[in-house]
Amino acid sequence: MDRLLRGHSAFLFLFLYVPIALVVLFSFNAGERAGELRGLSTRWYGTALSNVFVVRALQNSVIVAFSTAIIATVLGTVAALALQRARRVVRTAFDVLTYTAIIIPGIVIGIATLIFFVNLWGWLNPWLAYLWGVLAVPGEPLEMGQGLHTIVAAHVVFTMAIVIVLVRARLAGMDRTLVEASADLYATPWRTLRQVTLPQLSPAILAGALLSFTFSFDDYIIASFVSGPGQSTLPMLIFSSIRRGIRPEINAIATLILVVTLSSLFIVSLIYRRQAARTAAARRAAAVA
Amino acid sequence: MLLPSGAWFFALLVAPLVILLVFSFGERAPQGGYAPAFTFDNYARLPTRSTAFVNTLGLATAGTLLCLLVAYPLAYYLATRAGAKRTILLVFIILPFWTSFLIRTYAWLTILGATGIPALLEAVGFGEVVLLNTPFAVLLGIVYNYLPLMVFPLYVTLERLDKRLIEASKDLGAGRLETFRQVTLPLTAPGVLSGVILVFIPIMGEYLIPALLGGGKVFLVGNALVDMFLQSRNWPFGSAAAIGLILLVLVAVAAYLWVGSRGRVERQVSLL
Repeated sequence: MDRLLRGHSAFLFLFLYVPIALVVLFSFNAGERAGELRGLSTRWYGTALSNVFVVRALQNSVIVAFSTAIIATVLGTVAALALQRARRVVRTAFDVLTYTAIIIPGIVIGIATLIFFVNLWGWLNPWLAYLWGVLAVPGEPLEMGQGLHTIVAAHVVFTMAIVIVLVRARLAGMDRTLVEASADLYATPWRTLRQVTLPQLSPAILAGALLSFTFSFDDYIIASFVSGPGQSTLPMLIFSSIRRGIRPEINAIATLILVVTLSSLFIVSLIYRRQAARTAAARRAAAVA
Repeated sequence: MLLPSGAWFFALLVAPLVILLVFSFGERAPQGGYAPAFTFDNYARLPTRSTAFVNTLGLATAGTLLCLLVAYPLAYYLATRAGAKRTILLVFIILPFWTSFLIRTYAWLTILGATGIPALLEAVGFGEVVLLNTPFAVLLGIVYNYLPLMVFPLYVTLERLDKRLIEASKDLGAGRLETFRQVTLPLTAPGVLSGVILVFIPIMGEYLIPALLGGGKVFLVGNALVDMFLQSRNWPFGSAAAIGLILLVLVAVAAYLWVGSRGRVERQVSLL
């Protein structure tokens, strides 16, 4: 029986990794066609990185992902902390909002956000034009539209919900006595927050930030709905390239994305490991004292 | 303190959904988009476009079941390894999940395409085999992408399972199948439920996998929505379809909560 399970698991590991390995392998393909491997070369990396559209899409993706991660983590952590002391009604309302944001399919969020923004600009732009006239500001009136900011806005909805769930879960399991001890030792609430609560929450906050970044960087469907004209993110670029026929450049871009995602995972796990070691050392010191 | 996130949720989650609801009762403007109206026409027309919904439900059910059947033995194997090896193996299973969804789906494009497995099969003498743009390809893509998501809750429940109960069952004379059916399965039911809902709901809203691996041939709700909003620009009808999808998801969640509340509630693996 165990042999069967082992074989099954081994097969699944292969199943999971072979396609990815093939993409990486073919990114070094020296040949022209995507299907045939003819020697190794890094030419496709050169082609990809010198392609101005690729570079711009990569920039857009990084900007959007970073902004999303920062906003979602800050707002989500603040909300999770505030929800501890909120009234039952408020907490239930937030529960509903959070789970709705997570459960609703991305495509629905994309569509609804698109409709929202189109209506918003339709209402706002005439007002801006009016303001421009009234205040006699020189030049063309400001006209708002879709852009990177709308993508960030839509991404934050989902990622903030994830952060709230993660941080609240961690808060629930946190050691309250440390907070009380800190207060007993005359620390201000702000100091307690900074020196006791936040360090204890850091794994959840870090995980939330990483998840937010990864989700935003990898998202195609929401971005394709709410992005502005001519402002593609990397997944949008890859998708339309695939649609037009597989080009070996895509393998190179894909491998680069893999490297970025895996190294950010690695960095975060290192930070987490160092934090955990530091907390353990502090605890040992406190126990001895 | 709650104001920023509350305001964000309200402006970018509640308001858009409300507008979506309003739009679903509207009419298609001549040049595309929305024209104010109040009619139930869009909802009445939904059943005529039910192919996408039926396809989606079928594929989601099949995909979820397949994931479950494949993931359970894997999770069992993982949960019965010793200490460090267990964590390492788990990390390696979850790792692909952290890489780009789009890339993982794209990877199968080459493998299932004309120069991939079909070419190999032809060389062996199988004649012309078409693997891409079929329900098979979409199902494969679904299982490939969602397997790690199914493994995780299963692993958590299996790991917490008290192995002594299995020993006890065997001591009392139950065979392997019997033990699995009467001890292991009931005790891991919460994990199974979590995994099922964690996988079923996202699959219902899938767009990428049917778009890339199904060509135009496999038409799910996701594809229908994109078509309605970006192609035929029939926003009211698309809104009604989107609301329909939301309702389907809510029904699935309600079913999950109902099934989960029946029977023993002591140990709940809550991952949502």
